[in-house]
Amino acid sequence: MNSQRYECDVLIVGAGPAGLAAAYRVFESGREATVVDDNPHAGGQIWRGEKEKSASTSARAWFERIRNSKIRFINGARVFQQPHERVLLAELDTEFCELTYEKLILATGARERFLPFPGWTLPNVMGAGGLQALVKTGLSIKGKRVVVAGSGPLLLAVADNLKRKGAAILAIAEQAPRGSLMRFGFGLISQSGKASQAYDLKRRLRGVKYLTGCWPVAAHGTDKLERITLRQNSRDWDIECDYLAYGFHLVPNLELAELLGCKIDRGAVSVNEFQQTSMANVYCAGEATGIGGLELSLVEGEIAGLAAAGQTARARGLFGFRDKQRKFASLLNRTFELRSELRQLPRADTIVCRCEDVEFERLRQSGSWREAKLHSRCGMGPCQGRICGSAVEFLFGWKVESVRPPVFPVRVGSIAGDSPKSNVQSPKS
Amino acid sequence: MPEEVVVVVDGVLVTMPAGSMVSAAIMNAGISSFRKSVMGQARGPLCGMGICFECRVTIDLQSHCRSCQTVCQNGMDIRTCE
Repeated sequence: MNSQRYECDVLIVGAGPAGLAAAYRVFESGREATVVDDNPHAGGQIWRGEKEKSASTSARAWFERIRNSKIRFINGARVFQQPHERVLLAELDTEFCELTYEKLILATGARERFLPFPGWTLPNVMGAGGLQALVKTGLSIKGKRVVVAGSGPLLLAVADNLKRKGAAILAIAEQAPRGSLMRFGFGLISQSGKASQAYDLKRRLRGVKYLTGCWPVAAHGTDKLERITLRQNSRDWDIECDYLAYGFHLVPNLELAELLGCKIDRGAVSVNEFQQTSMANVYCAGEATGIGGLELSLVEGEIAGLAAAGQTARARGLFGFRDKQRKFASLLNRTFELRSELRQLPRADTIVCRCEDVEFERLRQSGSWREAKLHSRCGMGPCQGRICGSAVEFLFGWKVESVRPPVFPVRVGSIAGDSPKSNVQSPKS
Repeated sequence: MPEEVVVVVDGVLVTMPAGSMVSAAIMNAGISSFRKSVMGQARGPLCGMGICFECRVTIDLQSHCRSCQTVCQNGMDIRTCE
């Protein structure tokens, strides 16, 4: 199998807002920046497909900065292993590459938390961000009936986006109670920028039902979704729809940080004031350090980039803004805390691990994640527990761990292949 | 860059805007079942960002490709549930 070797000064994993902000600050500080990302284009999930014609001024500004910088991008490459210290391996379509680095910045982002409920495996029951990603990359949603459900501010953003693309949003079901959402609303007002964003969103979603203290309890259909059952105040009712776009807030992507041995604390990568992890030369920024939204991701990325490039005084200048964003993040996470009733969603025969088709009942008999893996193959399929792991953490309180290389399924050639030829490339000019 | 690309989904031609993902082409073709699970259930995309592996299909004879991370190319031969 073909392979390439890239010698990097500062290597950034992830081309979402945190990764782009970090890369730009590294470049601006006179160091060389290389960004490696799994997706075909930069932008991460929130800025997916916004490179050319972004609606967001912040996305436009950052893409403009990136365009005017010399930053090397390696797109469509999944980092899967660290064979030695300061070396990472990544797999591309038909080849793999070896990336050496002096400093590493992890900006691996987050994914949606999916809680299993009867019927959630039916086609067209999709992640809220998942459906939005598909629509941004060509899925025609015009005239389709969509129910948006789960928890978190992402639901509103997705509903807004799908509505603008012509979808009929039948309802938005938010599990958080009305009371905590009200308090969240008052919290927003203390941040002028966020308040105006919230008002704009509210105006655009006028006429769409926003149900609080409401969540999906079942999806029905034979080969695909036909209708879903929602519950609010102990009352259940059905809605016929084409898609359910759902997700229960977000969880950080920790696999690579864990593989490198970075300390993890309460489900997030532990960092110091300079976004430095417990591993020397490894920094982390954005959602992987805890869910906090776009502005926090950007400022953490900037701090990590400056710190990795040795610009500690400039990095320090951003601490105040970061503190403010962190306050907002903790309010956000309190507001959208998951209610315990959601643990009752799965029935005995509800599949929890979608890769290996492991049912809830088989997991309930296990005492731990490890035992569940050994006895039922839960979390042993191609997603390696990325989907069921965050579900069982919530359902059973299990600690989900034991990451092993490769952190993504790869072709045998990528692991057993010859050492990459010394094909040293410098950043494109 | 051409404005549109044409791919073949289970033998049917599908025209997509350039830059579209294979997963979107499959769904625009009216197909919701991308693969069969180990117990034989129909499955389609969930995460849309390359993590869940539910959208795996065969592309140009290569099996287990994540359709949500693969950009449509002219003439691509895409097969579901193989």
